[in-house]
Amino acid sequence: MKKRSILLNGMALVTAVVAVLFIAAAPHEEVDIPKETWSFQGFFGKFDQAQVKRGFQVYKDVCSACHAMNLMSYRNLAQIGFSEDEIKEIAASVQVTDGPNDAGDMFERAGKPSDTFKPPFANEQAARAANNGALPPDLSLIARSRAGKGFAGYEGADYIHAILTGYKEPPAGFQLQDGMNYNEYFRGHQIAMPQPLSDGAVTFADGAPNTLEDESRDVAAFLSWAGEPNLEARHLTGLKAVLFLVVFTLLFYAVKRKVWSKIH
Amino acid sequence: MTAVFKNPVIRWIDHRLPVFSYLQHEANDYPTPKNLSYWWNFGSIAGFMLMVMIATGIFLAMQYTPHVDHAFNSVERIMRDVNYGWMLRYLHMNGASMFFIAVYIHIFRGIYYGSFKAPRELLWIIGVLILLLMMATAFMGYVLPWGQMSFWGATVITNLFSAIPVVGDSIVTLLWGGFAVDNPTLNRFFSLHYLLPFVILGVVVVHVLALHRFGSNNPTGIDMKGPQDSIPFHPYYTVKDMYGLGVFMLFYAFWVFFAPVALGDPDNFIPANPLSTPEHIVPEWYFLPFYAILRSIPDKLTGVLAMGASIAVLFILPWLDRSPVRSGAYRPAFKRFFWTLVFVCAILMFAGKYAPANYWLPFELTIVPPEYMAAQAHLESVDALWPISFAGGHFGIQIITLGQIATVYYFAFFLVILPLLSIFERTLPLPLSISKAVLESHGGGAQSSSAAAKEKA
Repeated sequence: MKKRSILLNGMALVTAVVAVLFIAAAPHEEVDIPKETWSFQGFFGKFDQAQVKRGFQVYKDVCSACHAMNLMSYRNLAQIGFSEDEIKEIAASVQVTDGPNDAGDMFERAGKPSDTFKPPFANEQAARAANNGALPPDLSLIARSRAGKGFAGYEGADYIHAILTGYKEPPAGFQLQDGMNYNEYFRGHQIAMPQPLSDGAVTFADGAPNTLEDESRDVAAFLSWAGEPNLEARHLTGLKAVLFLVVFTLLFYAVKRKVWSKIH
Repeated sequence: MTAVFKNPVIRWIDHRLPVFSYLQHEANDYPTPKNLSYWWNFGSIAGFMLMVMIATGIFLAMQYTPHVDHAFNSVERIMRDVNYGWMLRYLHMNGASMFFIAVYIHIFRGIYYGSFKAPRELLWIIGVLILLLMMATAFMGYVLPWGQMSFWGATVITNLFSAIPVVGDSIVTLLWGGFAVDNPTLNRFFSLHYLLPFVILGVVVVHVLALHRFGSNNPTGIDMKGPQDSIPFHPYYTVKDMYGLGVFMLFYAFWVFFAPVALGDPDNFIPANPLSTPEHIVPEWYFLPFYAILRSIPDKLTGVLAMGASIAVLFILPWLDRSPVRSGAYRPAFKRFFWTLVFVCAILMFAGKYAPANYWLPFELTIVPPEYMAAQAHLESVDALWPISFAGGHFGIQIITLGQIATVYYFAFFLVILPLLSIFERTLPLPLSISKAVLESHGGGAQSSSAAAKEKA
């Protein structure tokens, strides 16, 4: 009996080792996205509200010239600490087409908090025409769709930060196509978007440092929030759920022991 | 058979409609082997997951719009604006994975302990039918958010049916409701995705009815011989199931609240675009082993047939494994082949995840494209590479080869190894009864004596 269990344990061990090798195996990537630390990671992760707010400013002042965010409304900004008046002001800074009115005509009016972020282009064709044929993707879910795969994959924020800080001079001999830009972290290293951010490109309302690194991190945090505005509620509910389940499980474990003591 | 109830209302109802007697008999007194291990928890866990999926699914359907122009955004609306919509959706999408985990463990447990053997063949076959229905339901559910992977997954899988000679193309047109994956496809998938869970529920009821005919199998694989071998289901197994469910729900909660998209594909956060094909189209993890079998055979029709056969072989399992001993605990040779099968299924899952032409470098913990291997070996073309290669000191196995070896073992296990083991294996002596086995395992030290293997066979 003993001998057999040693053999079985050995097999189980070998299986486990190979399984770990499997799980650890990562596809060889052309580019390696550096992993950063973010306030919203981990079991207790929360957004840094000031950072997300600054990130919105980066989006508004720079990104929104080309990138839409069709899943976001101005009212959502209340969640990251903008006051009602500030939101009304931000919304009113754009003109949107509404209607038809009673006369059957479309009309222009100032934006309202319930409006979605005004897109920079009327349609895909207009966006491509203005951008050398390339389509600037919608940014609402960019942090989620560009995340690394699997449990240990990099965050979408890591990817955004890497791209924004990855503009370099192309290495000697690199064939850069017309109208393209070299980026260390973009697949194939050729990206249609010209370098959008640089040191001092945005002057933050709260006077925070505005190097390229700061701006990139802030906008990456903002886009992570926009990708999952309920992240904090998820973490908090999760902690409550786990706490409840631990008590539930221990209770039933105790009852199980008690009930089964008659059998054993 | 009617029980006596104290409450006069219950007595009145039960006299006319004996539901309470039935429950008393089938859920309370129901005699169950006293030696069931925790591997027997997964049936009730799977039942619980079915309930969770139906409950969350009904509420999600209230907010979902099955239209190609609105499906993606309606799901995002659930995630953002519907109260606790994010939780419903995460519970549902991770619930599918948890359901499959529970069911896969349940199936492997059935294979190991011979739970499919006489007189439980029909119980087993009904179970395999549930698995098939689950696969269809999960596949159609994955299409509903209408992301890139939803769309292209649907395209690839439905296209498989075109491999069937003569009627293949007509079947595909029927599935699509047109000549491409489009709005009619989404509509019929939504309709069926709502219908099939209730069909599963019905088949589960039949599964439980068939189970209660002879009762649960147990780790010794020998039948209950009298009252000393059994205990009433309640309270013994109700509390044990609840404890196991608690542990499982903790595992479930971890994924839902702290890694809700780790089991999915980031590409599904991009709205479906028929004009742009993702680089790698991969199904969800629970389909990967079958996908690997499909891709390990280059010919489309043969690949589709092999994939179908990998499930079909389970239906005839009771007639492939004819060993009179049910439990793997008393089958030393079977045990080794069984664990190899579990391992091989893990390999298939791994192989299904990566493009077939790629190489796995086990010592370097990485997967590389064939061009990389060719460059390492200073070869002009990837065609000169061997499936198992030592290119430039890098030991690598091509993914397709890995999948092929695993596929061969998968079918050999069922079609060759099990029938041969039934004839040649020398099994260990069985304990005289379940209660004897329980006493021995608790250090009673009673000499084991042999019992006839399968009395009711």
